[in-house]
Amino acid sequence: MSEDFTPGVSAEFNIDTVENASTTPDTELPWAELGLKSDEYDRIVQILGRRPTAAELAMYSVMWSEHCSYKSSKVHLRQFGEKVTEEMKKDLMVGIGENAGVTDLGDGWAVTFKIESHNHPSYVEPYQGAATGIGGIVRDIISMGARPVGVMDPLRFGAIDHPDTQRVLPGVVSGIGGYGNSLGLPNVGGEVVFDEVYQQNPLVNALAVGVMRHEDIRLANASGVGNKVVLFGARTGGDGIGGASVLASESFDSSKPSKRPAVQVGDPFSEKVLIECCLELFGDELVEGIQDLGAAGISCATSELASNGEGGMHVELTDVLLRDPTLTPGEILMSESQERMMAVVTPENQERFEQVMAKWGVEYSWLGEVTDTGRLIIEWDGETIVDVDPRTVAHDGPVYERPYRRPSWQDDLQADSFRASEAGKDLPATAEELGNAVVDLMTSPNMADVSWITDQYDRFVGGNTALSQPDDSGVIRVDEETGLGVALATDCNARYAYLDPYTGAQLALAEAYRNVSTTGAVPVAVSDCLNFGSPEDPEIMWQFAEAVRGLADGCQELGIPVTGGNVSLYNQTAGRAIHPTPVVGVMGTFDDVGRRTPSGYERWADGQAIYLLGTTGDELDGSEFARGRGHLGGTPPQVDLATEKTLGEILINASRDGMIDAAHDLSEGGLAAGLAEMSLRFGVGARVALDGVCERDGVDAFSALFSESQSRAIVALPRSEEIRFTDMTSARGFAAIRVGVVDVQSGELEVAGPFEGGSFTLPLDELKEAWSSVIPSRFGTSASVAEQQ
Amino acid sequence: MTETPLIGDFRAEADAPLDGARIGVVTFPGTLDDRDAARAVRLGGGTPVSLWHADASLHGVDAVVLPGGFSYGDYLRAGAISRFAPVMETLIKEAGAAASSGPLPVLGICNGFQVLTEAHLLPGSMIKNDHLKFVCKDQALRVENNSTAWTSQFTDDEIISVPLKNQDGQYVADEETLKALEAEGRVVFRYLGGNPNGSRNDIAGVTNEAGNVVGLMPHPEHAVEAGYGPDDSTGMRSGTDGLTLFTSVISSLAGGSK
Repeated sequence: MSEDFTPGVSAEFNIDTVENASTTPDTELPWAELGLKSDEYDRIVQILGRRPTAAELAMYSVMWSEHCSYKSSKVHLRQFGEKVTEEMKKDLMVGIGENAGVTDLGDGWAVTFKIESHNHPSYVEPYQGAATGIGGIVRDIISMGARPVGVMDPLRFGAIDHPDTQRVLPGVVSGIGGYGNSLGLPNVGGEVVFDEVYQQNPLVNALAVGVMRHEDIRLANASGVGNKVVLFGARTGGDGIGGASVLASESFDSSKPSKRPAVQVGDPFSEKVLIECCLELFGDELVEGIQDLGAAGISCATSELASNGEGGMHVELTDVLLRDPTLTPGEILMSESQERMMAVVTPENQERFEQVMAKWGVEYSWLGEVTDTGRLIIEWDGETIVDVDPRTVAHDGPVYERPYRRPSWQDDLQADSFRASEAGKDLPATAEELGNAVVDLMTSPNMADVSWITDQYDRFVGGNTALSQPDDSGVIRVDEETGLGVALATDCNARYAYLDPYTGAQLALAEAYRNVSTTGAVPVAVSDCLNFGSPEDPEIMWQFAEAVRGLADGCQELGIPVTGGNVSLYNQTAGRAIHPTPVVGVMGTFDDVGRRTPSGYERWADGQAIYLLGTTGDELDGSEFARGRGHLGGTPPQVDLATEKTLGEILINASRDGMIDAAHDLSEGGLAAGLAEMSLRFGVGARVALDGVCERDGVDAFSALFSESQSRAIVALPRSEEIRFTDMTSARGFAAIRVGVVDVQSGELEVAGPFEGGSFTLPLDELKEAWSSVIPSRFGTSASVAEQQ
Repeated sequence: MTETPLIGDFRAEADAPLDGARIGVVTFPGTLDDRDAARAVRLGGGTPVSLWHADASLHGVDAVVLPGGFSYGDYLRAGAISRFAPVMETLIKEAGAAASSGPLPVLGICNGFQVLTEAHLLPGSMIKNDHLKFVCKDQALRVENNSTAWTSQFTDDEIISVPLKNQDGQYVADEETLKALEAEGRVVFRYLGGNPNGSRNDIAGVTNEAGNVVGLMPHPEHAVEAGYGPDDSTGMRSGTDGLTLFTSVISSLAGGSK
């Protein structure tokens, strides 16, 4: 802020009032430093009919930032609404636009979930960035009236051996654990991806899910003239000022000053108390409207609550409780201090509201009231410093039709297919080569065991976790009586999206959909976190536009709506952007989570038949095998959402009718990874033969193992269920072939096929040792260090 | 039977009519596993009664569980602030051997164990895990004392599996205390298959001299229901070994041995 407008409580400070702004039209304001463009500033002047005050400028600058206003993405994101059919909306209780979408779960239950990014802060300050990412998404869930019941973290880091990753990963993981574990929320899954494109631009996305009774849904609006506006929770401090604008809405550039002061600092204890306190307020029906304070802090909460309600609000800003008494009005409006909520309370309920605050030891201050003037008036010691139409702040921000064009290099990239490349020569062909290739694959950073990370998260708290990492989706029970529950999975293969953003987004959707149905749940809703580079680069903007179009078309075809999400742009440093990374979260529902299907053969499953569902083509472009050889080119695997849907139906019915005991989807690493992971899950061996697949699908053993063709899964079932199961797949015309048998005693994965040597055998204890030591060997000792002592 | 819904309010009526053993579950600010402990009590055949940290009354409960979590954020030493809560003042009196109606059975799990050591109801204390990280895993334990209020239904040296999840789980005490604990058979649970946090003598849980107060770092309340517990020999998440702690105390109370 400019020093001229340093405010204070005494008259000797020069407060930039509305009156002052009207009489000093020529005063220069630091709009550029606050991240505004000159035409945006001109528009603010035009809206107000005068120059903004310092406080008004602060509000507009954060609310019109890319992060808060979606100004570059809005024109594309509309498709998520436009491509939703009435049929898709039937279970949707609250759609896009609120803090999070709400879906009907049945039996009077509703569920809300959402993914958000906290990428930029997590790079600058990994622990606090990741911790407050959890905090923010959890408050979105509370704002809907829900009790949060679980979290997940899709994470992407630079190359595993890069020093940047050494700094960022441990901080991010302990931040997620330190904050999430202290909230009592089980962490039920997510992703861990290493790729050099995320060096200096790690992606730290966070998903939270919450549940509520239908009647408990709350919305962010300030209704009822004369109702009181209250700010409660932590005090407002100087942290996170400009987090949404100068940090999250710009690319990193080493020539600029450190952005560390723009990162918020979290206090999970305050958040946990805030959760319980809010739920008590909801239970006693003490709030009319509620909004969490996240990006853009009080600016966002006041302008959104006011514009969604009666249209006006009157606030006295000196009543905000501060950690730092020297903050200027503009800083107070922009601060992103964590663990704060704003609510609207009727005068009759004020006393009971205060009693709940006292019980939980939560600080609060009454800031003002709801009006019908259509103006958001903010005073500083009785003098008006903000007088705006709140809609112009919250909803009428700039909208850009940013130019976009297909990158000039896209054709060359797609022409460079793996098989035709140098990297695609001398492929493994003999038993020994293929066996070694499977071990190399499973010990590559992206296929390795991630339990060194996930063991730092509490997966048990709540007593309702039915599945978590490493199973295909996280499954949480909602109703203890009936077993009603939800399944969640997040996925994105950004290499596919780089090769073809439209198809890549659909592949991310297909994989998350498949992961949810593999565990037996019926997919019902989508939340997305769209991580891209700078929208000011037309080629990046093309990636974004294509990915959104692909995702919206895909959701329409699968018949599941996008209920909310988040866009994170400017994930680039020194002109180098990340791969387009549209992370897709799919939520499914279970009538009874007790029938969930795990991703591996259990110890009692000896002799069960192993079936491969779906067909295998020669699809190696963008694959994990190609990554191992340093190749990225060609076109990603074909996506066929109708086939995906049929596979989903088969897996859900098989779970519902109790036909199968294990199921695992095939994705990165293909059948080789799928078979290895199923055996590694519980340390149970299997004997597999590829001959049938190779013959039926016309592929060689190498492709059978490493191709990443979509719409495939492996299942294991008792012999007694084989006929019933294959009747079901043939009735749907879906390819199913028996490829092997579970062999508990062997302790090895044996793979036979039409290759020189006939078969290879991988002892599971050796494979497990190698697979599970990849991450600990880079980031420190395993969680149970003393075991080796 | 007091209802304790899993989702939404956890507010059992403190004055509900007596129905079987009534086991108090204390909630401090920052307590996380109170619902889980209440569920374990219910599945064990008792009636959970919610106790609030700021309320000095134990509402006539027959036993008390101090559940896991991060009370007051554990920003000071874990349990150091909770130990001074009004409910603890009463609990310390009732759990002491001098109490007129016989000592109150008390179980401290994880953060609850830390509170009990801070309150000097149990010896020793907990410091940060030796590997300095939070750890969440299925943990094998040997039950080395089955004569306490909370372990009477375990067999001699029974081996059980319950989840372990903590940041400050390394049990430490001076040599003299450790010797006394070992000599008097007051080590109740010992880690098997590797020490997960550097605890002295692989100690996972201890009891007081009277055997009514037991504390342990692993979470028996997360091993009470098939489908949601640790893996065991019968299948994924099928372990229910933790339930025996609750049935032990509930059956002894029903038998009037309090």
